[in-house]
Amino acid sequence: MNSRTTVERTSDRELVATRTFDGPARIVFEAWTKPELIMRWWAPKSFGITFLSCETDVRAGGSYRFVFGHAASEQPVTFFGRYIEVTPPSRLVWTNEEDEDGAVTTVTFEEKDGKTRVVVHDLYPSKEALDGAIASESTGAWPEQFEALDDLLTNLGASV
Amino acid sequence: MVQYITTRLDASFAALSDATRRGVLEQLGRSDASITELADKFHMTLTGMKKHVGVLEQAGLVTTEKVGRVRTCRLGLRRLEEEAAWIEGHRQLWGARFDALDKVVEELKRKEKVDE
Repeated sequence: MNSRTTVERTSDRELVATRTFDGPARIVFEAWTKPELIMRWWAPKSFGITFLSCETDVRAGGSYRFVFGHAASEQPVTFFGRYIEVTPPSRLVWTNEEDEDGAVTTVTFEEKDGKTRVVVHDLYPSKEALDGAIASESTGAWPEQFEALDDLLTNLGASV
Repeated sequence: MVQYITTRLDASFAALSDATRRGVLEQLGRSDASITELADKFHMTLTGMKKHVGVLEQAGLVTTEKVGRVRTCRLGLRRLEEEAAWIEGHRQLWGARFDALDKVVEELKRKEKVDE
């Protein structure tokens, strides 16, 4: 059902993901703030990521800390930052401080007829920061693409 | 979109149909190289090598970047395609997260009903 999720780069510095959930905002907001609930959906199994721990102190100025394990790496990865704004059940704003060029994430929860539209808005400090994030993450995907290219070259080489 | 992919595939296969160009890709798979280095390696004129690299670049298999007087070649997608691929990766990540969140929301709703 991925087709209901949209992700767009809306400007040089912004990335926006949206999706509508079948439930009231207070429930969706709860799932975004309680560690035991966050751990059930934030790290998708299909991406080979597992949650090791999750701590949230959900109030303005409070901090959060997510620790993940990944099949491809022995070292756990930690994501952390602070909540800047907490307005239940409609708005959450936090910093991403694991990277000095990290984005500020604003999540809004808009309820209508028992459904909630969630908008996740990442604002990077500069165009270079978002470009940098794109460049470093896409490089990570290369080994797989190179393997595919290797296969293609081998097959073509054999047939020429 | 299909048209775009077909055109891209045509360009890729045309680019790969030449032994020198396949050699260049293999070489760039080991390390980035300047056009001059590639021309030397394949015993070719600079102009000849520029043409081959141009075809690979058109097909999106190689990107080049000029720093000072040296044009360096590396394997890779063009900038825009890199960005499109990255955004697609994010869409898949958020899609997977949100599918799981759907289930959590569903369960919380049910639980609330029972508690009422």
